Amino acid sequence: MLVSTNWVQDNISQPGLVLVECDEDILLYETGHIPGAVKLDWHTELNHPITRDYLSGSDMAKLLSAKGISREDKIVIYGDKSNWWATYAFWVLKLFGHEHIAIMDGGRAKWIAEGRELTQYKSVRSPSVYPVVDRDDKTIRAFKDDVLQHFGKPIIDVRSSQEYSGERTHMPDYPEEGALRGGHIPTAASVPWSKAVNEDQTFRTYEELNQLYRVDAGISEASDVITYCRIGERSSHTWFVLKYLLGIQTVRNYDGSWTEWGSAVRVPIVKGTEPGELPAWFLV
Amino acid sequence: MVFSLTDITREGQAVIDVFNEVPERARLELLLEYADSLPDLPSKYKDHPNLLERVEECQSPVYLFVEVEGNLVSVFLTAPSEAPTTRGFAAILKSALDQQTIDSVLSFDDSFVASLGLTTLVSPLRIRGMHGMLSRIKRQVREKSS
Repeated sequence: MLVSTNWVQDNISQPGLVLVECDEDILLYETGHIPGAVKLDWHTELNHPITRDYLSGSDMAKLLSAKGISREDKIVIYGDKSNWWATYAFWVLKLFGHEHIAIMDGGRAKWIAEGRELTQYKSVRSPSVYPVVDRDDKTIRAFKDDVLQHFGKPIIDVRSSQEYSGERTHMPDYPEEGALRGGHIPTAASVPWSKAVNEDQTFRTYEELNQLYRVDAGISEASDVITYCRIGERSSHTWFVLKYLLGIQTVRNYDGSWTEWGSAVRVPIVKGTEPGELPAWFLV
Repeated sequence: MVFSLTDITREGQAVIDVFNEVPERARLELLLEYADSLPDLPSKYKDHPNLLERVEECQSPVYLFVEVEGNLVSVFLTAPSEAPTTRGFAAILKSALDQQTIDSVLSFDDSFVASLGLTTLVSPLRIRGMHGMLSRIKRQVREKSS
């Protein structure tokens, strides 16, 4: 699930391998990318254009066909900001059950830091025929109702500490971008997503991640965890870590996240720095 | 649809026109051209980063500084090359506001940001970052001209 920059360099022209760049800054690909890589734009290409949801199976088939990606291809995704958006793209593609996907450890920054080749030449692959696959919204995706049923099992809040405590619900002057209430989902442990990465943007070792999540955040031996953030992107990074680097059996990303929970009517919320408990009125 | 705003500098209207004249996908290339055109900070600010104000609304480290001399406003902005979208926004604001009068900067229409035809291409957080730059430029002009 994780490949190194060296591995990518050595396998770049392997048939059936597709490099995909997915960045938070959507112009970065144009400034230079790994030769042969195709661009995936998280903002304009993965979301349903009207409903707050992801692409349908047929739209995903059209998108991947146009990019020249086949169902059997091994996709290696990399991106900026410690692979934040690369893991998001990984999660969305997994909703459609694409089997062979890996993340290039260290992402774009590590590739560049190692002085490896970049090109501005836009890669063109001949269109493929990607099949229409129904999106699976149960296995790795959680909705608000799933979270309400999940209490008693671990939840990880991956936002910043001010967002977790409820100090901040949105940026000044832009209330429409935030939620109506501040705080976190009761019992959720706070582990900001970026704690899972090193300075060179690679993921931390198994032992370090184990300490961070199983010990410090108290996941322990649990086999069913939900992650969330503001809109479900930062939490897909942690989802990737828990599922693929720590091997936890069931990990779901709650993509509604705080922008839904913090505005929903009558869902329990805890303010402050402690995980807190479910309120009595909720348990009745 | 091409927007025409009343309270806007001639340079600002020119940016709106050029973005709205090209098809949607080509606007990103245009934004990249702006990003490439953002000049380096003059050495007096480069050597004194404490003079610069961080734009907290932006996810990438963007810093700005405004000078007011007489009635004329000079705008300085910097953003790293790993953040070309942010650099592009900074360069657009510089071209619309640099060397303009105090009044034309203070009355500069905030809907400029929404008029560039980029809102479907760029995430709301980014658009918010550009608003943040604009409002901080205006605030500095207000403080330095009062």
